[in-house]
Amino acid sequence: MPRVVVDVMLKPEILDPQGQAVANALPRLGVTDVSSVRIGRRIEIEFSGQPDLDRAREIADKLLANPVIEDYSVRLADAEESPA
Amino acid sequence: MTARIGVVTFPGSLDDRDAARAVRIAGAEAVSLWHDDPSLHGVDAVVLPGGFSYGDYLRCGAIARFAPVMETIAAGARDGLPVLGICNGFQILCEAHLLPGALTRNAHLHFRNRDQWLRIESVGTAWTNTYQPGQEILIPVKNGEGRYVADQRTLDELEATGRIVARYVHGNPNGSQRDIAGITNEAGNVVGLMPHPEHAVEALTGPSLDGLGFFTSILKHLVGAPV
Repeated sequence: MPRVVVDVMLKPEILDPQGQAVANALPRLGVTDVSSVRIGRRIEIEFSGQPDLDRAREIADKLLANPVIEDYSVRLADAEESPA
Repeated sequence: MTARIGVVTFPGSLDDRDAARAVRIAGAEAVSLWHDDPSLHGVDAVVLPGGFSYGDYLRCGAIARFAPVMETIAAGARDGLPVLGICNGFQILCEAHLLPGALTRNAHLHFRNRDQWLRIESVGTAWTNTYQPGQEILIPVKNGEGRYVADQRTLDELEATGRIVARYVHGNPNGSQRDIAGITNEAGNVVGLMPHPEHAVEALTGPSLDGLGFFTSILKHLVGAPV
């Protein structure tokens, strides 16, 4: 059964200190051409029946994301992302 | 009759016992409330204590918001039930949309644990009416995700309507916008505060007795409130 993937990201205007810390560590790896890193969260949902994107959107809006500070997107997992 | 103040325990609450102790020191009866029990057992006010409810999984307060007891508290808060959310409790109140904005990761990423000066800016709430306007108090702060954020319009509205209850002074411990340490709802019955007044109610264990005012304020408020 295909999964529903929910991606949650801090809104662009919200400071992401975690992303900044990662960006600041990159020069230690010898990486000097990265100007910004932002960190979000990917959530995979499996329904017991057919995947329900509307239901997933409701779950994302009420629980998985805080719309005050985060944006989210909901989609079906690509074929290669789904378990065999 | 002694006022009865409920203190909620969620899985992962840490400061429920200190909050109950502060309630008793202020002269009220502390009533333990359980996250999984929707009944408020007739309490006159509720404290949501600090800690890491449900392990802070997903986001701080995000899962606690859906606890059975929170549905009753949210409905009561809209009808005027006084609610004080401290630290994790403040995060829960924001997640439950009983207060605007959100608490996010400290700007410097460090968990900040120290005694902190605040300025009480709104003494019109159920939880701050025994303070003087502009009074500076010293109470502990301890959080990793205490940076208050909201959009500019919300921040302007909070300022214009006197709903910023307390601001950090002599240093902002987490990068909170406009140095906000605590806010209230429009009616003044719901207050969220990041630092911990319940840890500053006895000379033996706190940096001051400055936190007691939150708990004496609710008693004063309840005495004056219509039954």
